Amino acid sequence: MASGDSMVNKSDFASDTGSLEYIKSSSRNIFGAFMTGVAGFFTFLAIVPLLIILTYLLVQGISTFSIEIFTELPPPPLVEGGGFGNAIVGTIVMVGIGAIISVPSGVLAAIYLSEFSSPQISYWISFANNVLSGVPSIIIGVFAYAAIVLDPLGIFGHRGYSAFAGGFALSVLMLPIIVRTTYEALKLIPQEVRQASVGVGANDYQTVLQIILPSALPAVVTGVSLAVARAAGETAPLIFTALFTQYWPKWDSAPLQRPMASLAVLVYNFATSPFENQQRLAWGASFILVILVLITNIIARWAISRRQF
Amino acid sequence: MSFGDNSERTIKPRSSKERSLNLSFIAISAFFAVSIGLILLSVTLIVAQRAEPAIFRFGLEFLSNSNWNPVKDDYGVMPAVYGTIVSSLLALAIAVPIGLGVSIFLSEDYLPNQIQRILVFLVELLAAIPSVVYGFWGLLVLSPFLNSFTPLRGLSGMLPAFLILSVMVLPTIAAISRDALINVPSELRQASYGLGATRWETIILIILPAASSGIIGGVMLALGRALGETMAVTMLIGNSNKNPFLDFSLSSLIFDPANTIASLLANQFAEASGLQVAALMYAALILFALTLVVNILAQLLVSRLQKI
Repeated sequence: MASGDSMVNKSDFASDTGSLEYIKSSSRNIFGAFMTGVAGFFTFLAIVPLLIILTYLLVQGISTFSIEIFTELPPPPLVEGGGFGNAIVGTIVMVGIGAIISVPSGVLAAIYLSEFSSPQISYWISFANNVLSGVPSIIIGVFAYAAIVLDPLGIFGHRGYSAFAGGFALSVLMLPIIVRTTYEALKLIPQEVRQASVGVGANDYQTVLQIILPSALPAVVTGVSLAVARAAGETAPLIFTALFTQYWPKWDSAPLQRPMASLAVLVYNFATSPFENQQRLAWGASFILVILVLITNIIARWAISRRQF
Repeated sequence: MSFGDNSERTIKPRSSKERSLNLSFIAISAFFAVSIGLILLSVTLIVAQRAEPAIFRFGLEFLSNSNWNPVKDDYGVMPAVYGTIVSSLLALAIAVPIGLGVSIFLSEDYLPNQIQRILVFLVELLAAIPSVVYGFWGLLVLSPFLNSFTPLRGLSGMLPAFLILSVMVLPTIAAISRDALINVPSELRQASYGLGATRWETIILIILPAASSGIIGGVMLALGRALGETMAVTMLIGNSNKNPFLDFSLSSLIFDPANTIASLLANQFAEASGLQVAALMYAALILFALTLVVNILAQLLVSRLQKI
């Protein structure tokens, strides 16, 4: 930012006091117009990369679009065609595992923070929640590797890279997003609503489950869709938990205990590939990921516009 | 808060079954709330436990050693720590002025409300694009473009990495700074206008200082993201573990391939064994500590913003 003394120039004040007219050529106004131009230009600069990336994805993504990319397996190098149906299934399965773990626990945690806990406890836990949401995703991946892939305590009865480990890592990333959005929404519900519920004889869990939670539902939907959007694009926590596989999940023999493909890891693996066909599939997978993220973001916005409080 | 205190005076007291159901509901929700803290704690403990052999073997020398040699089991993270910090600071050097410009432009009344809202949405969308897509796009489009007119050798180096990183952290800075600017009480602005200040004198001398804790908090959060960002940086930075201070120059700082802690982990973890895993865990612990400190400071600053 420019220094303050060039703007507050004594002679400017002196000439300005003569009349109340707006003098365009006054150095203060020139400075203002210049800074407005700079701020506007910076906003333009911020939007440009988004537009360039979206255009590239659209052009490259649509040109790869076909039915095969949903139904076929990734091809080996130098083989034409193919798709990434297994990666789409894998992303859905692992994000699903993440959601099954994180949505109920996140919503319940937010309920405790807003309805039952003391203000101090609620402050410290939401502080911890914010810190958790800032932990790099690769650290969460390392954690899931140490806790589940290595399974030091033998809790999961299975060692090695697995879809479950990937889903668990994603759930740790999704949890703070769900807790935060739900907690913020619950805090906005007026106290009168709770008092009315208690007044007609409801107890705590009835109030929460039948009155408070339904009113906060739009915010919960927003939180869940933002969390899903983030988890679907995460690569770092999956590259040493779920790894990747060229094959379809084997549904008849413990598919969650085996490595599983995902769109994000497919993009990572094929992006650095020298083979044109694999790069083409990476564009297709990126395109689908971004479309998914756009849709979930729009759902999030739609849900929040329907909130009652 | 508890709602059942007066229940004895109502027509029918609650049954003990209903009361225990109520208590167990509260207990279950409390368990999940506390588990957030427990996750943070167990991340620290589990990573530290796995890092233990490397911590005892290398101690603090780990930070100054620039070798990464699985054959001799000699590990150090000096180049990676250097690359992590340099790439993040360079990204911030670009993203802070631009993000601040965006937040001012989209919080003042320059544009009609509708257009402003669309632009805010577009900037937020930048944060939603997956990291790996940024990396892929950078590798195929940005790097070849930069290669055509800069001394960048090949497709990877510090330059494309920190440019992509700056795009990725920009929305964090813009969104939080904008919140902080909007939260400045309008009386301050009115008083400043009343004394004869122009719009930009008001912004620079009144509004920005009043919003400074929120803005600094946003910049710290962005720094935390930049330090831990993995995929895009891994794909672009070149993953070279050479000592950055051998024949150091401004050009080698900006154009040479480098490494970050996160990309070291992403590249080596799946194939590591023995002491190398412990060394990687030690590196992860250092990154975790670094981001934890930055994030806690950011949270403290941003939570002050909410009290205005």
